[in-house]
Order: sequence, then structure tokens, then C-alpha cells
Amino acid sequence: MPITYTSNEQVEVYRFSIPITIGVPLLALFVQAFVPLRFPRFAVYIDLPLLVTIFFAMARRNPVAGLFTGAVIGLAQDMLGHNPIGIYGIAKTVVGYGASSLGVKLDVENAGARFLVTLGFYLVHSAVYFTVARGLVNMTQTWSWSRGILAGLANAALGTLLFFLLDKFKRRT
Amino acid sequence: MESVLGRYRNLVILVGVLFLQVLGLATQVKRGGGNDPESTRLIRIWAVGAISPFERALVWGENGVGNLWHSYFYLRGVRAENRQLKNQIEQMRLEQVRLSEDAAQARRLQGLVAFKEQFISRTVAAQVIGSSGSDLSRTIYIDKGENAGIKRDMAVMTADGIVGKVLVVYPSVSQVLLISDQSSGVGALLEKTRLQGVLRGTANGEVVLERVMSDEQVPVGETVLTSGGDQIFPKGLPVGTVTAVGNGKDLFLNIKIKPAANLSKLEEVLVLVEKQERQATAEDNVRVRAADILAQRLPSVPDKPATDANSVSGAAAGSTKPSDSKSATAKPAVSKPETKSATPASPMSPTPKSPSSRTNTPSSPASPPANPQPPTTESSPQ
Repeated sequence: MPITYTSNEQVEVYRFSIPITIGVPLLALFVQAFVPLRFPRFAVYIDLPLLVTIFFAMARRNPVAGLFTGAVIGLAQDMLGHNPIGIYGIAKTVVGYGASSLGVKLDVENAGARFLVTLGFYLVHSAVYFTVARGLVNMTQTWSWSRGILAGLANAALGTLLFFLLDKFKRRT
Repeated sequence: MESVLGRYRNLVILVGVLFLQVLGLATQVKRGGGNDPESTRLIRIWAVGAISPFERALVWGENGVGNLWHSYFYLRGVRAENRQLKNQIEQMRLEQVRLSEDAAQARRLQGLVAFKEQFISRTVAAQVIGSSGSDLSRTIYIDKGENAGIKRDMAVMTADGIVGKVLVVYPSVSQVLLISDQSSGVGALLEKTRLQGVLRGTANGEVVLERVMSDEQVPVGETVLTSGGDQIFPKGLPVGTVTAVGNGKDLFLNIKIKPAANLSKLEEVLVLVEKQERQATAEDNVRVRAADILAQRLPSVPDKPATDANSVSGAAAGSTKPSDSKSATAKPAVSKPETKSATPASPMSPTPKSPSSRTNTPSSPASPPANPQPPTTESSPQ
């Protein structure tokens, strides 16, 4: 699973059309809200909005755009629940910034790199969410390494497939 | 400065966006219990926490200088003032004891007069159309909202058992908080043992019954029902069954409950839109007024001379005679309330006497000191 270093000149930055920029995150939020009605474990192990955040952040390779993408998707996901708005927002802002910064420095177009990056950022996302929920909001949260790693692997596998699907919508700048 | 901002532009923007979101969270989160009206927003706590040390230091300095003056240069009359204040405190303590007794009595009477039971009157069926998408926020969305008469804090259930309560109402959609959510709380009781507790959700979606003392016996398989104490769910609705009992925090048991309704596969639910409240009575033919209960506790007042002359002749026969002689006049009055008066009489209470006592001595209550008794029977302590 090669992860290659590239220089800034070789990095390709992609754009997306406005319907894709708005429609794909909305679709991800809808699927995340609807599928658990039939498959309750889906919400426990899969975070589709996170995968979409990582994909857009890595493709755009712009930390500012990445962090705003994460913030907007995270805040929208917060609004579906009843907990205070901002917990997912903060976690996905950090992931969006990190993924786009990483995308500038590394070539993340191959499957292996994407798998590892998604796994890593899922754990980062869980850690930030846990810290904010417990430290700021005072929610009762339990940290489970086994569940975190299992969910990370599931998200990484799904993300790798999803990213190849979403690659079709990329446009070179 | 400009070069630093320019060099770390992305980081500065990241910190700015994170700071704004943290501020947003701090304006929403309350400490001291979310639904407690006395809880305070986190941002206020931070603001007060930032300013109060300076205020405290200022007041400390002020008091220090003041104490120096008063303790060393202004001691006149301190001893006499101290004695006076101690006397005042003693008087206020006595007054407080008297007032708390009065308050407890008022609460008991209020509870007797205002007790109500709740029953289901009307429900609205709704389809489940979505969820929160997160295992940390256990809520669902239903396809009925304000337009269908749904309001906040209405109970939601299925034919199997309770599901949750309405959290937020939109025009055509409502958000329902499930009983398996951490912030949910339902008044519950065990069917056979009648032990009461509070049903709560846990971080991993389980449902537990809290606040049951650890010295109580709770068998596995016992049915759990709603107690009605939360004023949301009527009493007696099925909640679930006990699956495990263990020792919990402090002196309480940790009782795991399997919900009667399948919370992970909800398709249709019922929203309780109307509840009927009915005054609870112990017996239909026995009505006790609060004034009569108070009358029982008041000391007896001796009868007027005209009545006393009759009672003296019967006094030699025993303590019941005064009541017997009174009963000669009281008996007709006793029967009347039972047949036609608006205040029906109880054979066991002094109410039969009260109409008669009112006709003769409007301000005098029944003669037996503290024991309610029918006019013809011997006085017997209650």
C-alpha cells in the first residue's frame, strides 16, 4: 500500500459542480438518517457524512475549503439529533482541515492510502467527539477501543469503495 | 503580526471556526441539569468564572481594610449587639418550626383535595420516517406535526408499550425522544412489588430502572409499568420486563429493562394527544371536606348553658350521655344531610354533627375532643 510523497507542483486539485457539492452531502445525511430505521447497527458503525467530508477535503486540497466543508456537514448532522449543535461540527471541522492538509502533502489517490487515511481520521473524529461531548457538554460517554477500531475498519472499507464512485464527479482545475 | 497571520493563515482560520463553534455550543449547553429551570448556560459560567476572581479580590481587600478599622478602632457596643442578635436568632428558630408544621399540613390537605388520575382519551397514529442517524442521539421523526394537533411532551407508544415523548414539533413532522436515550426519564413502577423508580437510557442504548433501593427484592422477569408520576405517560402502560438486577451506584440497584416495544424496528406509533383527568375518590359515598378534617383537629368547645342543662342530667350516666342528649337534637339533623343536603354525611365522621352544631352554635365544633364518633355510639378513640 504505497503512500507517495509529492511536491506541490505535482498535486492535482479538483473541483466539483454545485449540484454535486450540495447534493452528495445531503444524500449522505439522508441515508444516514433513514437506513438505521431498517438496520439499527448502521448508525453505530458507519458515518457517511464523515466519509463525504474526507473525500471532498482530500480532493480539493485546500485546508480552508476542507475545514468549512467539515463544519457545514457536521453542523447539519448535529441538527438531525437533539444534542447541542456543534459537537459533530467541531469534530468534522478538524477532520476536514486535517484531510485537506494531508492531501496537499501526500498522494491519496490509491486505495491503500485512502483506506489508511479514512481509518485514521475516523479515530481522530471519534476522539474529538468524545472529548467535546464529555468535556464541554457533560454527556455520559464511554470509549471502547474494540468498537472504535471495528467501526474505523468498516468506514475505511466503505470509504474506499465510495471514493472510487465519487471520483467520477471530479473535475480538474 | 501581519507576517505571522499570513504564514499561519489556514491555522488561524481553523482556530477561528473552531472557536465560533465552541462559543455556539457554550450558548446552548446548560450546567446543573438540562431541564432544570435553575440551570445556567455554559457561556455565562465561563464569563462569571473569568470575572469573579477579580471581584473577589477587590471585596477581600475592601473587607480587610474595613475589618481592621472595626476590629481595632470601633469596638463600642459589640458585646450588647451580639447578645441582641442571639436572642433574635432564637425567636426566629421557634417561628421557623411553627411555619414548617403549618406548611406540611397545608401540603397534605392540598394533596387530598387536588389528586387526579389520568386516562388515555385520544391518540393519533403516525409513521416513523427517519432517525437522528447517530447512536448518541436516540430520536426518531414521525410524519405528524403541529397541523395534526401534536404538541411538545406528548407521550408516544405502540400497542406493545411506550416508546418515548415528543421533543420538538414542526408543522408536519415531529421529533420523538426514545426512552433509550440518555436524556430521557420516565416514571415507572414494578407491577407486583409496586416499587417505584425512574427509567433512563444509557450511552449504549440500554434501558435501566434507577432509584430502587439496594435492599429491595426485584425478581428477573418482573413487568414494569408507567407510574404516572412524570405527568406525561398515564399510569399502568407497559414499559418492559426486568432482565438483570445488579448493584448500582450509591445505595441503589442497577436494574436492566428490556423494553416492551421494539425500539430498533419502529414503523408506526401512537401519539397520545388527549388525556382525561379524573378526580380520585376513596369511596364514592364518602366525601371528606378539608374543612371537616381541620375541624377534627381543633380542640372542643364546651356547649352553651341551654344545651348544658340537658347534658348535665345525662352526665351521671357516663361520658356518652352528653352526646346522647345531643343526639336527641342531632339525630334528625343527622338523617337530613344524608337524604337531601348538598353535604352528604359520613357515619364515621363528625360531619353529621356539624350541621346541627352550626344551627345551635355556629362557631362550635363537635363536642368530643378529638375522636370523631356517631351520635348514638359510645365515644371511642380513633
